[in-house]
Amino acid sequence: MTDAVSAVVSIGFHGVAFAMVLYLISVGLGVTMGLMGFVNLAHGVFAAAGGYVMTTLFNDEGVPFPLAVAIAAILVGSVSIVLERALYRRFYGGDELDQVLLTIAIVFIAIAGAKYIWGSEQAPMHPPHYLAGQIELGGRDFPAYRTFIIGAGAVLVTLLWLGLDRTRLGAKIRAAVDNRRMAQSVGINTSGLFSFTFALGTGLAALGGALGAEILPVFPGYPLDNLIFFLIVVAVGGLGTIRGPFFAALLLGVADTAFKYLLPEFGSFFIYALTLVILLVRPRGLFGQIGRA
Amino acid sequence: MVAEPPPPDNAAKQDFALETRGLERSFGALAVTRNVDFRLEQGARHALIGPNGAGKTTFINLVTGALKPSAGRILLGGSDVTALPQEQRVKRGLARTFQINTLYRGLSVLENVCLAIGERLGSGGRLFRPAGSHREVLLSAYALLERLRLADDASRLVRELPYGRQRLLEIAVALGLEPKVLLLDEPAAGVPSAESGIIIEVIESLPADLALLIIEHDMDLVFRLARRVTVLVQGTIMLEGTPREIAGDARVRDVYLGEREHR
Amino acid sequence: MSDTPLPSVATTSVRDRPLPEAVRRLARRHHPRVYEALPWLLATAGYFAFPDYRQLGAQVFIAILFALATDLILGYAGVITLGQAAFFGSGAYFCGILSAHGWSEPLSLLIAGAAAAAAVGFLSGFVVLRTTGLTQLMLTLIVAVMLGEAANKATGLTGGANGLQGMEIAPIFGVFELDLYGRTAYCYCLVLLFLGWLAVRTLIYSPFGRSLTGIRESEARMRAIGSPVFRRRLTAYVISAALCGVAGALLAETTQLVALDTLSFERSGAVVIMLIIGGVGRLYGAFLGVPIYMILQDRFAQADPTYWYFWIGVFLLLIVLFARGGIIGLVERGARLIRPRRRSVSTPGSENIG
Repeated sequence: MTDAVSAVVSIGFHGVAFAMVLYLISVGLGVTMGLMGFVNLAHGVFAAAGGYVMTTLFNDEGVPFPLAVAIAAILVGSVSIVLERALYRRFYGGDELDQVLLTIAIVFIAIAGAKYIWGSEQAPMHPPHYLAGQIELGGRDFPAYRTFIIGAGAVLVTLLWLGLDRTRLGAKIRAAVDNRRMAQSVGINTSGLFSFTFALGTGLAALGGALGAEILPVFPGYPLDNLIFFLIVVAVGGLGTIRGPFFAALLLGVADTAFKYLLPEFGSFFIYALTLVILLVRPRGLFGQIGRA
Repeated sequence: MVAEPPPPDNAAKQDFALETRGLERSFGALAVTRNVDFRLEQGARHALIGPNGAGKTTFINLVTGALKPSAGRILLGGSDVTALPQEQRVKRGLARTFQINTLYRGLSVLENVCLAIGERLGSGGRLFRPAGSHREVLLSAYALLERLRLADDASRLVRELPYGRQRLLEIAVALGLEPKVLLLDEPAAGVPSAESGIIIEVIESLPADLALLIIEHDMDLVFRLARRVTVLVQGTIMLEGTPREIAGDARVRDVYLGEREHR
Repeated sequence: MSDTPLPSVATTSVRDRPLPEAVRRLARRHHPRVYEALPWLLATAGYFAFPDYRQLGAQVFIAILFALATDLILGYAGVITLGQAAFFGSGAYFCGILSAHGWSEPLSLLIAGAAAAAAVGFLSGFVVLRTTGLTQLMLTLIVAVMLGEAANKATGLTGGANGLQGMEIAPIFGVFELDLYGRTAYCYCLVLLFLGWLAVRTLIYSPFGRSLTGIRESEARMRAIGSPVFRRRLTAYVISAALCGVAGALLAETTQLVALDTLSFERSGAVVIMLIIGGVGRLYGAFLGVPIYMILQDRFAQADPTYWYFWIGVFLLLIVLFARGGIIGLVERGARLIRPRRRSVSTPGSENIG
């Protein structure tokens, strides 16, 4: 019996840790989709970039872990503005096929670039010494680093939601996500808002990629291999919502951990089946607007 | 002598080309359409007016089936169509135009109308015979374009067409469906007055038995085209009457005409 | 209503006059044109000109057929898909499994492959086509990945990662043996590509095909004129799936092997890229895009084996920035520059939803 309990606790724990990483990475993808009407298949590139920058700074340059993570997020977020202005912007609200092609091109180039700079191996990720090992909570041992991810994730998500709820900028973003056309007609400067939101989304993805490098190992194929998970989080959560993907990430993270624990030989098969069923019943996702267009 | 019993309820209903009963629609907490009981008579020339955000276009979307109502019923020619999908309502004679041009921009003017006529004649889903050899569809479409004086532009792509001509084509596509009930969503909005003449002319020459509901901001146009007017404010019907009654009503002036003067 | 003409309009009915130019133009749009013979002449000449490359030629034809079928869904019905391999692989595996169990007649195996893929298309279409945009794209991806995982697991049936082996294919019509040099395979695939092309061509000029274009141009308008949008899309999806299944079955028959890569994301992605390079929704995009992509991939891989996809990426970037509509789009634009008055009546895919 205690085996079953500890299995449940363990699945829940690792599932939530995974969910935090998934949400941090995916939330920006959902916002780019909802706000700019842009299908960004290259979103994983920013998460991978965050992971690469962080591990390089932390492992090779001896930069303290928190600083390395922060630099990774800020650097990726800022650099992404260049991409947004130079490439993405031309395709906002345009043909989805062009967006798909553009972002696949970016993924190809990024994968080659990562291989060239960092090689084909996984970027080694060893938690800093103060987050290594196990910590004891309620009579059980948990990996300290994953406990940290859950804590840090919870803080970041709270900050993000508070920021969106309580600040003027957040209100603008929410208004624009809810109704792009209305936001434009109300005179919100959507150009600047788009750039900022895009950078926020990629910065969060980089943060997720950096913090989650231990769960989702960073390697050149990262943007393609994990793409489907990021897409599932956004689609199941519901486009045009910021909170929906969080619950979708929780569901996905825990369910995926459970399936891989209980039925490891089937890989992600059941997660995909679950996604199909959810979207069959609710084509707009769990928290998307009810009904069809 | 005993008084005639009142006609059964059903017979009375069938007099209306379109009717809504207790129609409701909300988006989340926002009620956009509230308890709308609306009746459009056979052969009506009816205008729906109201300030921006009153829910006029939502009402059209509910009637056509583009949106599902949260509550209430929609009757077309006396029969309940609330549960019917959009295409079934079109088959029963309901056609609409869009406030924002919604055309096949990459297709020619002629083909825009052909698609509508093909659907009406039931050939729209045929898999084998080329569309170009459905001669009846092509000729009906061309004849319609001639009536609306769009024939000279028949081969032009819609996206190359001036805006005013696109507005006219919106009506042409709807007329290709030979509707019994026609909903026009601001047909002349944004069209320079020099070009709006033909649009108004087309609307005035619609068959007398067609029931027309027109959403319009321009009060001159409402006076010219409508015999009845319904005022929609915050998703609910505030008033219905003749154009003269509406124009003379102080409340209408407050919420609607007043707003226009402020701009 | 036609008895209430506007004032001051020509009184003779259009039926009593010679056909107006606009009507004639639409009426003969589907007529075959001279240049349409070109691919077939080239392919026939290729048989004799490059005898050593007949096996490769057969593979190119299969890829073109796959791309052509995909274009029906991507270019005409406007469904962004990254999961067409689901249908290709279903066709290949079903054909392969039947053949490994002793059913060796090739034509009926093609039909079986088509039926299997159509079934997958029909079932997945119910989920995929109820959604739009990013969700739809993700679902197409998921269907293919799920089938891939299933094929990987069901080793007894599919051979798993080792691939399906032991296929026996009888001679076509009992006469033409699939030989090592690809003589039969070349002709076989070419004939099937021709038939597939004929089917797709017929479809896109039919009212059904025009209504697909209508759905892509403006779904809202299509609904407003009473078109059963979902049913049309589902029909297109199933037909496209069946043709993809034929392509997959052809691959299985001509190589006598089915591997997991028939269901892979790479295959789904490559077919979309090929189409975009050639020109989406343009019937001949597949004929240009497939060989160009294959040649490029080969050149890049030779020049730079480690980073060849970097160059593919750069090439795609150039296409999307400067050559929207692909090679055929460029040709159309060039033609319009030379003869600005003669617009092509239909250049689907070049403009976004209105």
